[in-house]
Amino acid sequence: METTNNLLKEIQTQDIEIDLLLEAVFKRYGYDFRDYNRAHIKRRITHRKQSLGLNSISELQHKILHEQGFIEVLLRDLSINVTEMYRDPSFYNVMRKEVFPLLKTYPFIKIWHAGCATGEEVYSFAIMLKEEGLYARSQIYATDFNPVVLETARKGIYPIAKIKEFTYNYQQSGGTHSFSDYYIAKYDSAILDQNLKQNIVFAEHNLVTDSVFAEVHLIICRNVLIYFNKELQNKVVGLFSESLVKGGFLGLGSKENLMFTEVFDHFEIVDPKEKIYKKKVQLA
Amino acid sequence: MKTCNKYKALVIGTSAGGLKALKTLITALPSGFCLPIIIVQHLNPQSDGFMAHYLNQLSHMNVKEADSGEPIRSNHVYIAPANYHLLVEKDETLSLTVSEKVSYARPSIDILFESAAEVYMQCLIGIILTGANDDGSNGIKKIHSLGGLTIAQHPESAEVPIMPQAAINTGKVEMILHLEEIPKMLGELCNNPQSGKHKSI
Repeated sequence: METTNNLLKEIQTQDIEIDLLLEAVFKRYGYDFRDYNRAHIKRRITHRKQSLGLNSISELQHKILHEQGFIEVLLRDLSINVTEMYRDPSFYNVMRKEVFPLLKTYPFIKIWHAGCATGEEVYSFAIMLKEEGLYARSQIYATDFNPVVLETARKGIYPIAKIKEFTYNYQQSGGTHSFSDYYIAKYDSAILDQNLKQNIVFAEHNLVTDSVFAEVHLIICRNVLIYFNKELQNKVVGLFSESLVKGGFLGLGSKENLMFTEVFDHFEIVDPKEKIYKKKVQLA
Repeated sequence: MKTCNKYKALVIGTSAGGLKALKTLITALPSGFCLPIIIVQHLNPQSDGFMAHYLNQLSHMNVKEADSGEPIRSNHVYIAPANYHLLVEKDETLSLTVSEKVSYARPSIDILFESAAEVYMQCLIGIILTGANDDGSNGIKKIHSLGGLTIAQHPESAEVPIMPQAAINTGKVEMILHLEEIPKMLGELCNNPQSGKHKSI
């Protein structure tokens, strides 16, 4: 009983410390994690605390405020950058078959890849656009709030060990060429065809704190919303709805669902399993 | 410490042999049992929700794969999707992450159990069924430390005994039951929450 009570108190204390830490990160650096799902954030933060051998989360707050460069460590902890080329190949298959034919009808195609992390899926789209003959009249905005991962995305160089998986995914996604056409192997790296970058702009953009920056025909944002609480999800999908042209498309991660958000009636469902939506031409 | 008058949720972790065990357990639950059940079963990353579909056809409860942001409701069974960790949030909704594997697993039983323990405290029941590694042992410790009820499948009745044995080895499992006894006990616990406490094992 006594130990359980102490544990309860410790959990409450930790919750207060996490509030304060996130407040400090926001006030000092402008990164806003306050409306992220807390269970995940808590796990990451306590992990960092333990791996540094600290006694309390408050000591992390001290480091954030007083230790130069420590913010990068925490950013890495709090942002999940797991991605791969043609992640969930069936998503790309549906994109090719259902969405691209409609994109083709535009004289100029603007695509926003929000939360692009290390960029693998941005290049996946660039390749698909190329194969469909659309790349020359496309503009891709690839954004992330984390400058470190964005730098990796900008380089377009990935570990060679991943190529087997990328190739498999590419084939599963309905790719018709040989995937080896799109990279050069060098030592332990696969350097993607640098021409793929021509029409991609990589830029820092924070979905939580920044606003609309362009009107686009397609938004890709996969496995970003899963980290946000309800209020923040509503805010961000509202931002997407504002950024899309009427009839524009939104592609989410396979476990993300517009159904639980306030803008659900702005959209119709293109593919329920792949979570691809189309903004209605007439909003009710 | 306040005692729990009523359990609010049940979490289950399992790996090898889990589908069969879950089928036995879920189909044998008494019809009045309506606690939300949240399950992590280790799956291969390409799995496509077959298990939820299959169990849903056999159960009086609604069995589904967990969606991100979904509220946890009674009479529902939520299964972690392949390749995602499943967590319980303070407002009793579910969240998903693709953060690193824990004990080589994603979804991880520990992650589900530990997050659920902090939300439901003494009103949580945690069960470890058949499985081939020790995922879930830390979760069992956490549930126990916060006053929840911990149960392990008797290793003798488990297709693969390693996982329940690892949980038992923590010394924090309150009840060790054969698979067939678990649904009956759950029914009793639901009607009379104290029946599980102070019972010798």
